[in-house]
Amino acid sequence: MSAAVVILAAVATGCVLSASALAHARWPRRSPAAAILLWQGIGLGWGLAAVGTLLGIGAAGYGPGVATATLSRVAGIAAHWPMRPELSLMAALRLLCLAAGLALLLVLCWILVAASATVLRARQRQRMLLDLLAHGDPKVPGALVVDHPAAAAYCLPGLRSAIVVSAGALALLDDHELAAVLAHERAHLRERHDLVLLPFAALLRAFRWAAVARMAQRAVALLIEMHADDRALRSRPARELATALLRVGAAGGGVPSGALAAADVTADGDVTARVIRILRPAPGLCPAARVLAGLTATGAVAIPVLLLVLPLR
Amino acid sequence: MDVLWEAATPLSVRAVSGLLTDRDLAHTTVMTVLDRLAKKGFARRERSGRAWHYRAAESREAYVTELMLSALDQTADRQAALARFARSVSGTEAEALLRALGALGEAAGG
Repeated sequence: MSAAVVILAAVATGCVLSASALAHARWPRRSPAAAILLWQGIGLGWGLAAVGTLLGIGAAGYGPGVATATLSRVAGIAAHWPMRPELSLMAALRLLCLAAGLALLLVLCWILVAASATVLRARQRQRMLLDLLAHGDPKVPGALVVDHPAAAAYCLPGLRSAIVVSAGALALLDDHELAAVLAHERAHLRERHDLVLLPFAALLRAFRWAAVARMAQRAVALLIEMHADDRALRSRPARELATALLRVGAAGGGVPSGALAAADVTADGDVTARVIRILRPAPGLCPAARVLAGLTATGAVAIPVLLLVLPLR
Repeated sequence: MDVLWEAATPLSVRAVSGLLTDRDLAHTTVMTVLDRLAKKGFARRERSGRAWHYRAAESREAYVTELMLSALDQTADRQAALARFARSVSGTEAEALLRALGALGEAAGG
């Protein structure tokens, strides 16, 4: 087995291990932006390294570099189809690895496309309904109001983005709190946090059984909320954002429908964690630590890419 | 659409135009809009005589409920589609924190 394959396998394993370490770490809450970048690097790096490891084993000896070897191996199989049956056990195992690598690559690409399609469809439907039902309100300039008694505020990202506030939330919050909510949602839209979350949601959909995929999705979802909180705090006082969060969070369960019975109990701690973080902010990470997080993220992606492309033996 | 929701019976294009008195819309414009609503499934149409009659497919409340449910749904897919401000937190915990905040505010104010 070549050194490239060993390193790829090490990177894939390292990504999984650091993902579960990162999910339990406390420091990401101090610098959500750096942690989000690290999550993205680990996620992408894992995909590349896992696919690369399988392909590297499957196509070893068929050319310099994993990518080139895979292409020539696949071309070779296609040229000599159907294959000779007298395969040795070793050759059969390698063939299995090659197939698994290609299958994983396809699955990863497919789940991303499928998740994007689902998300786009859901947003289109929302957009159409909002066009028919929502109206503006001077209390929340730039946002759409939907007449429903439950307290909810959310944003609809996309080209025609929108911030939606329910009549329930409008009645529940005072003007300052509403301004804090809008600042938070605007940060989501401006920085396209939906695009950050999408790959992790897709990964969770494909690997529902994997605890690490669930942890990753939850951690990233919480981090983008904290990041948007930080952005909102640049223009709004901490108290207003904190009370807005608590009021909306506490009223959130009051929707008269069985479909919401499955309200995520674990989210409980998330809102509380955000409130505590807003009211008692810990100092952000020092620049050196943030640079280190950025370098690790870059390395997690760059190392597998180089190993896949470079003509290494 | 508001006109269709408020009407008890299916309306013809001419009737809808008539009810939209505040806006001076051409007959063809109203027809196009109603046709589009029907294509998207928001309106149902049936032929009566030579004209199409339109009615709302669902009540306004049904659509509002759908909108809110999909917004409050907490699956990962939905989270990627729409970002919610705050997910639910237990009432007692939130109230305790809010009370503490209120006390702090009074102390600071007084």
